[in-house]
Parts: sequence; C-alpha cells; structure tokens
Amino acid sequence: MTTLLEAPSDRMLAAIRHLLEQKAVTSPAEIAERIARTDRASPAMGASMVARAWTDPAFRSLMLRDGAAAAEAMGIPMRGLPPLGVLENTAELHHLVVCTLCSCYPRGVLGYPPFWFKSAGYRARAVREPAGVLAEWGTVLPPGTRIRVVDSTADYRWMVLPLRPAGTEDWDAPRLAAMVREGDMIGVTTPSP
Amino acid sequence: MTLHTGAAIRVKDDWPELRGPCHIRTPHYLRGQPGTVMRHLGRFPNPEDLAFARPAASIDLYHVAFRADAIWPDADPGARDPGTHDLVVEIFEHWLEPMGEPT
Repeated sequence: MTTLLEAPSDRMLAAIRHLLEQKAVTSPAEIAERIARTDRASPAMGASMVARAWTDPAFRSLMLRDGAAAAEAMGIPMRGLPPLGVLENTAELHHLVVCTLCSCYPRGVLGYPPFWFKSAGYRARAVREPAGVLAEWGTVLPPGTRIRVVDSTADYRWMVLPLRPAGTEDWDAPRLAAMVREGDMIGVTTPSP
Repeated sequence: MTLHTGAAIRVKDDWPELRGPCHIRTPHYLRGQPGTVMRHLGRFPNPEDLAFARPAASIDLYHVAFRADAIWPDADPGARDPGTHDLVVEIFEHWLEPMGEPT
C-alpha cells in the first residue's frame, strides 16, 4: 500500500479537489479565483502599504491596529485570509518574522514566501541566533537595537513595518514603495535609499 | 479572556506527540518555558481539533514574550550575540499556566 508521503501529489490534489466539489464545500470557480488571487499578490502590495504608512499618519494607525483592514483600504483582497498583524520597527526595536512550525506567511500582502523562508536552516536559526542571520544578510542595525523574533505559530500572519530611512524625507509614496523589498517586510533586511 | 497583559505564565511541559497522532501549534522549544503575556489576539477554533475534523471550541490566543537567553542557555558561545534577543509567539490559552504576578 502506498503511504501518504509516497503518493503522487498531483493525483492526490485532483482527488481532493474532486471531493471538495462533490461535497459542495467549494466550487472549481472558487478554487480558480483563490489561486488567481494568490498568484496576483506580490511584495509590491506590502511595499505600497509601507510607503503609505510612512506618508499618511491615519493610515499608519489603522495598519498597526488592523493590518487586514489597512490592506482592504488599499484594495488588496483579504477576505477569507487570516488576520494580519503589523510589527512596527523603531530605533530601539527590530522585528524578524519566522514560522518555525511550517511556512505561515502573509501571502495576501506579500505573495508566495521566498524559498529560504521555508528552509529548515532559516527556521531553526532565526529564533536562536537572529543577529547572526541578519549579519549574513549584510544587515547592520544601529548599536543598541534590540531584536525581537516573532514566531508565527497560529492564526495571525505578520509583516514588518520597517523604519523609514534617513534621506527619503522628500520622497513621495510611489518612490518610497519602489525602494521597499520583500526582506524588509520579513525583517532580514532594512530599506536603504 | 482570563490572562491580562503582563501576566507571568509558563508554557505547559506537555508532549502530546508521545501519546499519538496530533497537530500542535506550540513549538517544542517553548514547552516548560516561562514567559510574559503581551496581548490578547482574539479567539480562534482550536487547531488541535480542526486538524482532525473534530468540533473545535474557540480558544483565547495570546502573544507571549520569552527571553532568548533562558531558552538557549547552551547557545554556541561563538554565535554572534546569543541570547540578547527576545521572542514573541502566538500561544493558545490551554497551553499556558499562570505563575502569579511578576515581582
């Protein structure tokens, strides 16, 4: 008998989709729509939220209070997705997001997780020696900055609101958004102009 | 919601994995560790039941802060800055034991 681990995954997926349809749990159209939404999501969405938070104090408060509501306010569909928490970096505190149990990731606003986010190495090391991980990314934090590792274990998904870098005071939101990278919103890197 | 911000807790030193099939969202490295409740995140259906299609009661979920140097006392001395960070993790209430007020 074939075990679950040996079963061909494409046939298992087809079987599960067929069962979901037969039992009227969902429809092929709903599945297609959800896949299309996930495919459309990208770090550019999160970056646009970050840029707006840097330039619009009311939006920043909303984003820190309810990340999903802030995403929806920018036209990013969050229906059916887990709540989104936003972790604000300050001059004293830097956040790093990891999911040690699997690969929980704020897909609605950042798209698919990068391959390394799911690696055993990142997941094991981020919680134990985050300063070493940051150093390997070439990320230099100001002396005295404390690192807070957020292990995404349950029903929330987390993104980092990075610190706006000096020298960008007269930049508009689109220019700021173009600077913000995926790693800045996970916390392995920090934005720089 | 029964735990308030600042409450001192300990994560249960329980290993359901040893008793049979299960789905646990409490990481191994936190079992038995002391921590501090940061904030209440809401109530969510218990994933330990959801994973097996059992009726799942909604349980309070908290952001709990832990000191890294208490969790990794044997961290490689060669590692850069071992134990100087803190950890914030989502933990369901049934995994938390109150430890009294912080002194």
